[in-house]
Amino acid sequence: MAASEIVLAGAADRDLTQIDAYREVGGYATLDRARGMGPQAVLDELLTADIKGRGGAGFPMGRKASFIPKPGQNPNPTYLTVNADESEPGTFKDREIMLRVPHRLIEGCLITAHAIGSRNVFIYIRGEYLREFEIIRAALEQAHGAGLMGDVTIVLHRGAGAYICGEETALLESLEGERGQPRTKPPFPAIAGLYASPTLINNVETIATVPAIVEHGGAWYADQGTEGSRGTRVFSLSGNVRRGGNYELELGTTLRDLIYHHGGGLPGSRRIKAIIPGGSSVPVLTADDIDTPLTFEAMADKGTFLGSGAVIVIDDRCCMVQLGLRVAQFYMHESCGKCTPCREGTRWMVQILRKIEDGRAEQAELDLLLDVCDRILGKCLCPLGDAAAMPIASYVDKFRAEFQAHIDAGGCPYKGESSLERVFAPVDQHTHHPTVEVPA
Amino acid sequence: MYDEIQEIKAQYPRTRSAVLPALRIAQQRYGWLTPDALREVADALDETPAFCQSVASFYDMFHLAPVGRRLVEVCTNISCALVGAQQVLEAFEQELGIRAGETTDDGQVTLRALECAGGCGWGTVVAVDHRYREPVRPEDVPAIVQEVRDGG
Ligand SMILES: Cc1cc2nc3c(=O)[nH]c(=O)nc-3n(C[C@H](O)[C@H](O)[C@H](O)COP(=O)(O)O)c2cc1C
Ligand code: SF4
Ligand code: FES
Repeated sequence: MAASEIVLAGAADRDLTQIDAYREVGGYATLDRARGMGPQAVLDELLTADIKGRGGAGFPMGRKASFIPKPGQNPNPTYLTVNADESEPGTFKDREIMLRVPHRLIEGCLITAHAIGSRNVFIYIRGEYLREFEIIRAALEQAHGAGLMGDVTIVLHRGAGAYICGEETALLESLEGERGQPRTKPPFPAIAGLYASPTLINNVETIATVPAIVEHGGAWYADQGTEGSRGTRVFSLSGNVRRGGNYELELGTTLRDLIYHHGGGLPGSRRIKAIIPGGSSVPVLTADDIDTPLTFEAMADKGTFLGSGAVIVIDDRCCMVQLGLRVAQFYMHESCGKCTPCREGTRWMVQILRKIEDGRAEQAELDLLLDVCDRILGKCLCPLGDAAAMPIASYVDKFRAEFQAHIDAGGCPYKGESSLERVFAPVDQHTHHPTVEVPA
Repeated sequence: MYDEIQEIKAQYPRTRSAVLPALRIAQQRYGWLTPDALREVADALDETPAFCQSVASFYDMFHLAPVGRRLVEVCTNISCALVGAQQVLEAFEQELGIRAGETTDDGQVTLRALECAGGCGWGTVVAVDHRYREPVRPEDVPAIVQEVRDGG
């Protein structure tokens, strides 16, 4: 076991999907202890730990939990909702947590529920995650059988294929049985969330960290990582790298360490061209940024975000216009359509980027692309709009010469040799239905 | 199906929350969400078929038109694309004789491109009826197609 592992600790040596194995590594002992502590004492540990949310936005968990009304302050029940909708391109860490340490997630749910006085927990799990659903369901049955649930019920709720349902208010709408379109804030979920009741929403990894924080104490946790970024994160490494996968590392580890030491570097004699440090929604970095520490603060200094902790390595064979087009196509597909700048803007971005790639764009259209980004940024109901505009604007900003070359040469300078050549997106799906009736 | 949906309803403070699980059950039963399926879900939840259809149409995993008995999905988002998802998708197109989004004429297999499946470090990710295969390379495709056609 790597010394730094907290969330995935013990999973390399044992099958922790089994409750007995999980108990052998101390599992569920902390739950007993936490239940013996007052809820406020548990909250205090989370506040001391100073752990920031692992879903993307990085809001301090203890503070968010403290916004939940105390018993008697609100007539409605309090809900805990776990965001297991993981769909940010590049991110596959929550899946690993659910597959390998499902009991740690369940224990985290039960401890957190105790801390906020909730008896109703919902885990909203991405619809495509079938095996993960089965594993969590089996782990829940084991926890039930072991009499660990107390007066708490945990409902596993499966999504049905919509990235936007990872946005917390869209998730609540979806859980209430509606189309998954975000709500305006305020009111914030802590006051009026699920069924208009106080609701705490946290990411899988955030919740799965709670047992260790309560076991060893908030101060112990806060000792790891950096002042602005405590603890560890499960980083998802992918793209042009030898050993893609999830690596739980102390925050403050550099991109170089993750990519070269853990990931084994790039295959062949390829060079890094660009690095996406926090999922496809964040502005891109270049090879020059390789020594940037993986922390919230260092990424902010570089004008980007640690986001979901998904690091995508892009080598020198990639055409940045094609990359922009494919990223824009994703957001166009996933825009919920509720507000105009995002719904229309993502379509404009796709159209302009396609023209640039095909060599049909005029000079003014490059500026138009940036103008469209500008008209989305900060003008949408939920952060998906920004998530579409920020990366595209950053590709043009950092690789402008490459965009310009497409316009000057009337086509792609990679001449069919880019690693993303002919990339196909679901928005361009062909349709043709079977001619025979499908039997029931 | 009606009884199964009633059981699910009981897990939630409000009936409407059962709409996604109910639609999933109906789709499993009928293959896709036929007008009859939507009516049955609506009856079980005391909603209108139009409401059920409006919800279903929001989510990619619900089919409002016929699909094949088997669903093959290839992730073509960026991490997979950087390591050759296009070649994998094209190999499926060639092997199945259809394009992405289409269904074979015998109604057996639907092929789709998928947005990030959550296996980016092990690309290219292919899901067969939502069971992940990772990583898949173009040379693995004929065997997967054979297996799907054989009912595996
Ligand atoms: C478009 C969009 C998609 C998101 N997807 C996810 C997701 O899949 N999983 C997740 O935990 N958070 C996601 N988030 C962030 C959530 O809105 C929310 O901040 C998070 O679940 C809170 O948990 P945390 O504080 O523990 O990070 C998404 C946000 C946006 C705007
Ligand atoms: S920004 Fe996009 S996804 Fe978010 S509410 Fe508006 S249209 Fe929907
Ligand atoms: S990009 Fe293919 S699984 Fe994420």
